[in-house]
Amino acid sequence: MPSWSIPYVLLVPGILVIAGLLLYPMIQMVTMSFQSISLRVIRGVAEPKWVGLENYTKLFDNDIFWSSLRNTIVFAAVTVALTLILGTAVGVLLNRLSRRMSTFVIIGIMSAWAVPPVAQGTIWRWLFDAEAGIINWALNLLPDGLSTLVLGRADWTAQPWLNDAWSVYIVLVLTVVWASFPFVAVSVLAGLRGIPAELYEAARVDGSTPWHTFRKITFPLLKPVFAVLTILSIIWDFKVLSQLYVLLNGPTNREAFNLSLFSFAEAFKAPPKMGSGAAIAVVLTIILLVVTAFYTRQMVKQEDLT
Amino acid sequence: MTPLARKRLNKITLNTAGVLVFLFAVFPVYWMVSTSFKANDQIFTTDFIPFPTHFTFEHIDTVLTDGVAGNSIWVYMRNSAIVALGTVLIGSAFALLAATAVARFRFKGRTSFLITLLIVQMIPTEALLIPLFLNVRRLGLYDNLLGLIVIQVGLTLPFGIWMLRTFVAAVPKSLEEAAWIDGASRFTTFWKVLFPLVAPGLVATSIFSFITAWNDLIFALVLMNDSTGYTMPVALQFFFGQRGTDWGAIMATSTLMTLPVIAFFLLVQRRMVSGLVAGAVKG
Repeated sequence: MPSWSIPYVLLVPGILVIAGLLLYPMIQMVTMSFQSISLRVIRGVAEPKWVGLENYTKLFDNDIFWSSLRNTIVFAAVTVALTLILGTAVGVLLNRLSRRMSTFVIIGIMSAWAVPPVAQGTIWRWLFDAEAGIINWALNLLPDGLSTLVLGRADWTAQPWLNDAWSVYIVLVLTVVWASFPFVAVSVLAGLRGIPAELYEAARVDGSTPWHTFRKITFPLLKPVFAVLTILSIIWDFKVLSQLYVLLNGPTNREAFNLSLFSFAEAFKAPPKMGSGAAIAVVLTIILLVVTAFYTRQMVKQEDLT
Repeated sequence: MTPLARKRLNKITLNTAGVLVFLFAVFPVYWMVSTSFKANDQIFTTDFIPFPTHFTFEHIDTVLTDGVAGNSIWVYMRNSAIVALGTVLIGSAFALLAATAVARFRFKGRTSFLITLLIVQMIPTEALLIPLFLNVRRLGLYDNLLGLIVIQVGLTLPFGIWMLRTFVAAVPKSLEEAAWIDGASRFTTFWKVLFPLVAPGLVATSIFSFITAWNDLIFALVLMNDSTGYTMPVALQFFFGQRGTDWGAIMATSTLMTLPVIAFFLLVQRRMVSGLVAGAVKG
């Protein structure tokens, strides 16, 4: 075997998998978004019909598309922000705790991070259960005056959290932040431990306030870590599906759909509209590629790719 | 306040914050586990029952013997394990080969390959659900765990290669060159020198792939038709919507599904994080 061919031989399985299972399906997805795909096509006994932009024009006339788009974007923005803030705060906290205490807390937050998304959904659905859920019990413990003042009501008995879209999203934000802040915290901690202690020593000698130290030393040095964490969180939170699926008990409440669930419901709920589902998937993919384009460019520049 | 008193107060505040974070993280997990051991009268109540004082194995027993959707939970556990292990075995082998190629060789097309690798990671995998579903049907792999394995290999491979190449690159080239000079063949060099040194990285990427495949709901949901082929996440959906929601059984199943993952996480916690971040920060 000539030595120039070795890397190519090693790459054959990888390239086949990536081309066959990711790139080709992506082209198919775009093609399908311009087609009407009937049940006969799915069974493989008919050819798909070309319909041009019809899937898209119908989609843009559909209120559910716009509410799904809104839900996707607002949810991602809120969740990414909360996850990063809470995660960073906990990371900084962990760095200041004693070794014993920080190990204890890390073990705790790792167990939240490890919970599979579907189980995250079942757990939080149970916590927010209208009849026997612990959240309604806890809210009823609040003094009535305070509860009315802050939350607008005093009696939380049998409050059905998972009926309305807005309250479903409160639960979903909580669920996803709960499950994803540990990763941010542990990454920030790893970054912090890499910062030389002398820098902080010098800042302390110069009389820098904690906030000032964070802004002038910690944040700039951790910038690459934050960049990665932000991008990863955006990618994960834009397409949250399993947790929402469980909280909504499947694709039922259309007002509470996000783009992933809407695409799934269009394509797989009777009657299947795969073309329309593909069009939604295209929109979601374009949004993600645009949002992450800047980061991808930075990576390509920074990396030793050549 | 004296400096000493302030220091002590500071420490108390920090530790309290630490305990609160711990409780926020752990309580939902604890609640899942404790619900699965509570008798029904302690589950379906508007009171707060912190510990299962009417401790029972009833729910675990029910899900393991009666199960849901016509099969014991063991069947779904087995299916999930087959898919996850299959994904790991095939995926790791492919990832190791490709990672060695990009970390050890300079060749034409290498940059394009790496950029492609980076970009495909930005594609939401859920978006590929529809074409992949149709392709799997055409290939006759519908309702077959093998179809699910193939798909999971595709979804986890780009990240696997991306992460593993940093581990390969970290092994000093001189080691291989020494073996090479001593007359070892290419294969021996790879197998006896590179492989053992990359093994920790391989474990980290394998666990990542295992968990991704283990956790998947949506692909298993559309690709498996017969209930004997369901994986854990799919089976869990069938507890809802039967007359009344059997929270004891749901939490017992969720616990059974979660424990292996928690064990993995605690095992490789440090390596997972450094791998994820390093793989993404500078490679």
